[in-house]
Formats: sequence, C-alpha cells, structure tokens
Amino acid sequence: MQFGLSDEQEMIADTVRSFVEKEIYPHEDLVERSGEVPAEIATEIKRKTLELGFYACNFPQNVGGAGLNHLEFALVERELGRGSMALTHFFGRPQNILMACEGDQVDRYLMPAVRGERMDALAMTEPGAGSDIRGMKCMARRDGDDWIINGTKHFISGADHADFLIVFVATGEDQTPRGPKKRITCFLVDRGHPGFTIRDGYASVSHRGYKNMILDFDECRLPSGQVLGEVDAGFDVMNTWLYATRITVATMSVGRARRAFDYALRYAAEREQFGQKIGKFQGVSFQLADMITEIDAADLLTLAAADRLDQGLPANREIASAKLYASEMLARVTDAAIQIHGGMGLMEDYPLERFWRDARVERIWDGTSEIQRHIISRDLLRALGA
Amino acid sequence: MKVLVPVKRVIDYNVKVRVKADGSGVDLANVKMSMNPFDEIAVEEAIRLKEAGIATEVVAVSIGVKQSQETLRTALAMGADRAILVVAADDVHVDIEPLSVAKILKGIVDEEQPGLVLCGKQAIDNDMNATGQMLAALLGWSQATFASKLEVEGDSAKVTREVDGGLQTIEVKMPAIVTVDLRLNEPRYASLPNIMKAKKKPLDEKAPSDYGVDVTPRLEIVSTTEPEARKAGIIVGSVDELVSKLKEAGAI
Repeated sequence: MQFGLSDEQEMIADTVRSFVEKEIYPHEDLVERSGEVPAEIATEIKRKTLELGFYACNFPQNVGGAGLNHLEFALVERELGRGSMALTHFFGRPQNILMACEGDQVDRYLMPAVRGERMDALAMTEPGAGSDIRGMKCMARRDGDDWIINGTKHFISGADHADFLIVFVATGEDQTPRGPKKRITCFLVDRGHPGFTIRDGYASVSHRGYKNMILDFDECRLPSGQVLGEVDAGFDVMNTWLYATRITVATMSVGRARRAFDYALRYAAEREQFGQKIGKFQGVSFQLADMITEIDAADLLTLAAADRLDQGLPANREIASAKLYASEMLARVTDAAIQIHGGMGLMEDYPLERFWRDARVERIWDGTSEIQRHIISRDLLRALGA
Repeated sequence: MKVLVPVKRVIDYNVKVRVKADGSGVDLANVKMSMNPFDEIAVEEAIRLKEAGIATEVVAVSIGVKQSQETLRTALAMGADRAILVVAADDVHVDIEPLSVAKILKGIVDEEQPGLVLCGKQAIDNDMNATGQMLAALLGWSQATFASKLEVEGDSAKVTREVDGGLQTIEVKMPAIVTVDLRLNEPRYASLPNIMKAKKKPLDEKAPSDYGVDVTPRLEIVSTTEPEARKAGIIVGSVDELVSKLKEAGAI
C-alpha cells in the first residue's frame, strides 16, 4: 500500500486550490445573493481554465484532455469542492460519457465539449423517477428512421448553461419475473431543437446559482444519429461511464468540509469566552478532533476508491462507501462548525450557513445515502447468495 | 539572452509563524513551505520576457536544503526551462546567508553567462534584502532594485523602481541584476501541461564546494522574539469622537 501523493499530484491540488481561492471565492457572495452567475464571470473562469489546460482534464489526451487518472481527477474535484458549485461549473469537466460518441458525434459533441466550445449536461431524473431510474416515463417511439420523444426531466444541473443535453429516455419495456422493466436509450439533444424546451426548476436551499432545470419534450423528433451508444443499451452506457461520478460528490464533500473546518479551527483559536480561547474548552477541542478525524477518513476512503479504479479493480462498493461516508461527514462537520461559531455561524456574514445548506443535497443527489447503503450491502450479501 | 532566476524556499506566507522555544529562530518543522512570493514575481517576469521573444532560456536556481527542489519544480511548472539546485544545508532551520548565496550565484553566473539575473527584492523569511545587491557587487554588474516595471531594449534595460515617495526610472547597462518588487506583475498559476512536463525538465544538483564557496555562517542569531500582541482598540460612537481621539493621539 502506497500513501502520499507525487510532486505533480501535490502541485495539481495546490494549483486548483489557489485557483479556487483567487478566482472563485471573490464571486461567491454575489452568486449567493443573486442566484445567478453573471455571464462575464462565467466566461472569465472558463477562459482561465482553458488557458491553464485544466478544462476537460478528465478526458484522455488523444481527444485533447489532460489525461488525468481517477485519483488525480479526484484531487482536482476535491479542491474545486471548496468553492461555489455554480461558479466551479465553468471549470469545465464535461461528462466522460461523451467518450461513447461515434462517427460525426465526435466532431459535433465530444471535441467541442473538450475544447470548451459547447457545454453539456446530463439528464436522467424525472418527477416520478428518482432512485428508481427504470420507473422513468419520458419515452421515445420510433417513427421511420427517427425517434419522437415525449416527457419531462427535472433536477437537471447545468442545463441552464448547456448547449446540448445527454438524455436518458425509455425506448421499450421488458416483462421480467420482478415486474416490467424499462429499456433505456441515451440521446444527444441540442438546445433549441424543435419540441425541446429548457426552463427554470425550483428554488433550492442548496447550491444557489447552480440551478436545477426542467426539460420538456413535446413530440421532439430526433434522427437516429442522435443516439449515444446503442439503442436500448442506455444502462450499459450509464454503467460504463457514470460509474465514477459518485466520487465527485465524495471528494467535493471532503474539500468543502476542509474549508468549513478551517473556519472552525481559526475561530476556536481566536474567540474568547469566560477568559480563555474557546478552543481550550474540551467541548470545543474534542469536537475539532472528531471533525478532522472524519475529514481525513473520508479523504482517504475517497482517494482509495479512485485508486481502485485506476488499478482496474472492482470499486462499486468502495465508491458507494466513499459517497455515503463523505456526504454524511460533511453534514456533521458543517453542523459542528456552526455550533463552534455559535449564533454568528448562522449569519450570512460567514459562509458557514451556506456550507451547511449546501451539504444537505450531497446526501441526496447522485444516489441517496440509502441507495449507497443498498449498493454496499448487496455487494456483500450477494456474494453469499443472499 | 539567458535569464537566471534565483528562488528561495521559505515558510508559506499564510502560515502563522511560531518562535522556537530556545529563541534560535522560527519553527519550520512540518510547516507549509512555498516559493518566496517576490521570487515568484521574478520567475513570472522571466517567463514573460521569454514569451516576448527577448529571453531565450529561463534557468531557475535554488540554494538551500534538498527539499528546495519542490520550489524549483514550481518554477519549472510555471514555465522555467531548467533548474539548478545547490544543496547547501541538511537542516531546514539553517539559513544560508546572503553573502554565501551571492558567491554561489556568482559561480553559477560565471558558468551560465546569463544576460540578466532577476531576483526577488528580499525573502519574506529574514527580509535581508541583500543578495541581489551583493551579487551585483561581486560581478561588477549594474543593478536596479525594487523594480515595478522592466523594459529590456537591446543592451540596456529601463527599470522603474519603487522608491520612498514615488517612482524612479533608471536605465542600466546589460548584463544586469534586477530585483523585483510586488507590483511588477501578477504571477501565473502553473498550467496542467507544464505541471506534467516539470518532472521531465532537467534539474542539476550541485554543492557549494562546486563553486568553491564556504557557507559557514558568519552571523550569530542572539534571540528571536514574537512581535508584541496588538493592544485592544476602542469603538467610537461618532465621527466627532473619532476626530477628537485621533487629535488626542496626535495622529492628526
């Protein structure tokens, strides 16, 4: 077992961290107050990211990415996790699933996404299909060589800035002993395509400015060339390419927890009550000890899961454990950070109340904590035939 | 023209320093170290000169403990072409004095024959502000300190200096030593391709003896103390009160 990062990996993490501190933090209050990222700020973040060669760093070098491995990419996202998601969205990391592009899809979607010319967003969730993805109602029916899509998707992050969407749609149904199961196909849909509209979603308590959008498909006609991967093979595409995205939630949770912890630590070292620094009270100092222990544990669990992917080892359970533990750790750490600050922790003068609100969604999206526990336990029990 | 940039590994400017219990200096064990911020500005300027087609090669040099190679890798990741590490100490608490550093740098300049040496005006750890000047004296080169603007034109350079109460522009003959100030530029982030390339760039390791320099300290640190804690302020109720308090204090 090897611990420690290489010089390059340290430098990657340091560079992204100082980028986030200098280019993201200063705009956070504005985004938080307005719920919007001004276009010029978005453009500037994107331009600088491209200039630094970090744009689409998760893509292989042969398509113009930087070819970072899973561990290195987790380090990048960990440091990005410190900053507002609405803003770090423009530190572009297109969906890896675009590597499934074939034929002219490569020049129309993959390459422009890697070059930062076109932004993508992924659409799976529906009002009636959250964790139960096979319960989706958004359907595509064949019409000659074309497909016609009808239905609604919601909670689609990034769709407000997307030039095209990667959409999972039901294209049939199989009868199985455990009831009907949807067959799913993945489509590429351009913004502005007839029959396709993108509109604002709900006002959310978490990640203001990183909007959840609603997609409506009304007799939206798509040629068969818009299918990403094979027809009815949406689950295969998902499993091949979206397997690792839960690491994003885990590692970003670690980054944000460290930022919240830094506030708590500093406050405990400076704030005086009853004639001494509050950090001298065991009630506070033990809390700090527990916080950093949990943060380090989540960090190691997450990097170890990413490293398993790099080694080509099965990592489904490990990724689920990392996502579960890191997101729940973040909830405890942000809560404790506020407790250490007392009433001031809830005021908008500190970003802690924001971290606390933002933390709530991490236990829900990209698979709820319950789904992660299901994945972990199934992985263990199935091996015993249970 | 080749540009030589000496860089120093110092305690990170974000770290709250602590004096060692025996008063012999600042505790450097297990604290974050970084490139001296003024040196970072010097590296940035050198790279800009290269991008402008004025410099042909940027060589970064560091003199200190072996770990200084991390600092050199940072310079390489920013865009320096190659690096020279002179390992002059084993213990991170040993600070090589400016005259020794200047003598070693003179040896390197003799070998490398750069047309320009760009240094930070001072290191943020001991604030000596001496190495650049000493190097200029040893080489007999012209020097321009505290640069906030640098324009190289043929065999001379126009340097704007930040002096007390304003700016002074001087012209120096090349080759020259220029020490840089805070407002000269804003250093770039290392780009990802450069971070990946940094490891492949050459980094030569040398010893002070290669340049015939004895780095034994000549100065003795008698004591190191933390600055006095700031006294509590007062909250004034009005502008009038503020003005009268300032008058009382003789500030206005």
